[in-house]
Amino acid sequence: MTENNIVLEGKNLTKQFPGVLANDNVNFDLRKGEIHALLGENGAGKSTLMNLLYGLYHPDKGEVMVNGNPATINSPNDAIALGIGMVHQHFMLIPVFTVAENVMLGDETTKRGALDRNTVAQKINQISSQYGLSVDPNALVGDLPVGVQQRIEIIKALYREARILILDEPTAVLTPQEAEDLFRIMRDLTARGVSIIFITHKLKEVLAVADRITVMRAGRVINTVNPSETNSALLANMMVGRQVILTVNKQDRKPEEEILRVENFCVQDQRKLDVLHDVSFTVRSGEILGIAGVQGNGQTELSEALTGLRHPSSGKVLIDGVDVTGKTPRALTKAGLAHIPEDRQRHGLVLNYTVADNMALCDYYRPPFSRRGVIQQKALDDNSRKLIASFDVRTPSPFVNAGKLSGGNQQKVIVARELSRENVKLVIANQPTRGLDVGSIEYIHGEIIKMRDRGVAVLLISAELDEIMALSDRIAVMYRGKIVAIVDAKQPTREQLGLWMAGAHAETA
Amino acid sequence: MQSEKRSNSLARQILQSVMDASLVPFLAILTAVIFGGIIIKIVGGDPILSYRGLIEGSFGSTKALSETAVWATPYIFAGLAVALAFKGGLFNIGAEGQLAVGAVVSSLIGYALPEWLGYDIPAIIHLPLAILFGVLMGGVWAGIVGALKAYTGGHEVINTIMMNYIALNTTSFLLNGVMKDRSPTNVIARTPLIADSARIPPLFEGLRIHWGFIFALLVAFFIWWLLTKTTLGFQIRTVGLNPDAAKYAGINVKRIIILTMVLSGMLAGMAGTIEVTGLNYRHELGFSIGYGFDAIAIALLGKSHPLGVVLASFLFAAMRNGATRMQFLTQMPVDLISMIQAFILLFVAADAIIRYIYRIKSKGERVVLTRGWGG
Repeated sequence: MTENNIVLEGKNLTKQFPGVLANDNVNFDLRKGEIHALLGENGAGKSTLMNLLYGLYHPDKGEVMVNGNPATINSPNDAIALGIGMVHQHFMLIPVFTVAENVMLGDETTKRGALDRNTVAQKINQISSQYGLSVDPNALVGDLPVGVQQRIEIIKALYREARILILDEPTAVLTPQEAEDLFRIMRDLTARGVSIIFITHKLKEVLAVADRITVMRAGRVINTVNPSETNSALLANMMVGRQVILTVNKQDRKPEEEILRVENFCVQDQRKLDVLHDVSFTVRSGEILGIAGVQGNGQTELSEALTGLRHPSSGKVLIDGVDVTGKTPRALTKAGLAHIPEDRQRHGLVLNYTVADNMALCDYYRPPFSRRGVIQQKALDDNSRKLIASFDVRTPSPFVNAGKLSGGNQQKVIVARELSRENVKLVIANQPTRGLDVGSIEYIHGEIIKMRDRGVAVLLISAELDEIMALSDRIAVMYRGKIVAIVDAKQPTREQLGLWMAGAHAETA
Repeated sequence: MQSEKRSNSLARQILQSVMDASLVPFLAILTAVIFGGIIIKIVGGDPILSYRGLIEGSFGSTKALSETAVWATPYIFAGLAVALAFKGGLFNIGAEGQLAVGAVVSSLIGYALPEWLGYDIPAIIHLPLAILFGVLMGGVWAGIVGALKAYTGGHEVINTIMMNYIALNTTSFLLNGVMKDRSPTNVIARTPLIADSARIPPLFEGLRIHWGFIFALLVAFFIWWLLTKTTLGFQIRTVGLNPDAAKYAGINVKRIIILTMVLSGMLAGMAGTIEVTGLNYRHELGFSIGYGFDAIAIALLGKSHPLGVVLASFLFAAMRNGATRMQFLTQMPVDLISMIQAFILLFVAADAIIRYIYRIKSKGERVVLTRGWGG
């Protein structure tokens, strides 16, 4: 039985990309009915490995075995035919289609040339009851919460008779409670003989749900362990390759005068629908206010409207007592705002500009960077050398394009530029560590705390509840465009925050 | 030490980037010439003789060289117009129309201003005025499109095409009407000759090459300086590369879009103006058919770099100019040149073909199919 129950195996897989050995002689196997977690940092090679198993890439060396037989997987269609299904982190669903239509998409059941929704709906109901995945086949996908949409993705794979599921960062968009639900579903599935590869970078989840854990680092498999033989600290060490401090060191600090005041703030989207209703809060000097919430509950709109990228429809914003409602990004920068934007490649950087130019992106127009309308390239270069040294940006030179740097170093370029400005009174950081390696996360957390300790007011927006809990002095929870609670950070438990994130305080919808 | 290192590595970097940038255009030209040769052969001509005629006609004599430069002059201006817009992330298809309105206004100032005033104006005032108004008109014409883009989101490609129709038909209306040359022998749609005081003097006696050519080279250098060294250039490039980041950085994106279009239109207007004041001494309907469109090809071939634009302008000018000689020598029709130009453009635009033929790896791009925060 020992050999036969391996359903999917990668043997000595090697994949070379220009300049990167993304997978170096990787061995990975999945047993029937287990949850095998694949843990690793951004860039460790997890996605490459999955893409090799799923037929999106072809290995340079090594082979893939399915149920003990060598398999040639040249496309996702081959993978599906072999019973491998993948649930991507970003759902591949069409919001204006019903559940049934989405499930059959690409594999449509027809009756005399017309779509046969009834048969599909029946099959979906059958899968739902069999695996405990309740869902209404006739509901429009766009109306369903994210957790349910994820269920549809799983159903889609099961509908195609997948016996092996690859879940790529499935909990990133879920509340803690929704994640618990997902884990229950995962266990139900494995009990019925489905095998699951669970890709994540969250240590707690791995320990909670996995039967085996494989840790990858820099394109290699470091080790495969059982959860009972390990703990968070050991896993983190394996992931990073050195001792990691999992908690953030932070002294108590008494907040001082009020820096940011937001009053009855409302924002509408393009369709004139409220995406932010009546939000009010304050942030004081020397204080970090963390905004928790599941992604897509108005955090993006809040940070964009506060930083001048979007117009509020009503309400007021004051920085240090001055009304700055609806002011331009430049006016806000002059008023003392430093903004670490949510999407660093879209807003924070010009990827085709050098590191040096990017480090002056917001200040290029004023001395010493510009005199009488002419850019002073030497001043830009000197500035960037100084910042590269003091913020430990790993770049071959200041004249490399920002797009060539790793995500962590790109983020450091932004952090260096924003936090080094001399007049900073308020930092708005939205998802400052998303997708970064542990080392960069530690560093950026340290810099944020340093700013707070220097008496700067910090508004931290993050979908990572752990990050919010580790850094914040006070926590506000957003749900459907409203702030449903603001509390002292020491007060609530993780579970309480999770309930608020799911709208427990909000109107019963 | 530090700065030495930089200039050293920078020189190497620049050389490297020039070679990288010019490799595909060069191979595209080569391939297009080979294709052209095959076509000549198929239709029963002699490729070697044809190309010899082409080269003789464009570089073979002082006169040929002068004529090539004459062709190159408006190409450089119009090519720079399209290239500048590209740098700002805008596709100005309307150089043709901007060029026409520039030529109309410039010729009007050139022939009518002395009449209105009732006395002759010195050249030192008249010529700059004729040029200035032509250039400004081109700027206004393109600026309208820029404003539409900035404030309503109307796409500049559609709007410049529409503005072309308006420009060309209005020009036709004026040249057949109030601006028509009323001399008894004239039957075509053209303006009267402009006054001597509004004419750019020739560079050499007996050749048509004029000071406008030198001016074009200076303007090309100026545009390079503007784009790479000035604060305004930084803003234009930032908006072109990443308008979201530009907004984040505090740049007034709407203003820069309008300004970029105005500058682009001014350059296109200059192309029309230079033909009126330097070469034809009048505006004639249909004189420029194609300059504004060739300019798009020139900007693409020149990779939107001012130096590339100058070189591409010369290439196009030489081909246009040498075509007559080729036809005379081998009876190959001039239209063949248009085909070769189309091939060049095709290969530059779809550079995957060239990269495939010559097995050139494209640099730096890595395929990312699934990208996550942790994956």
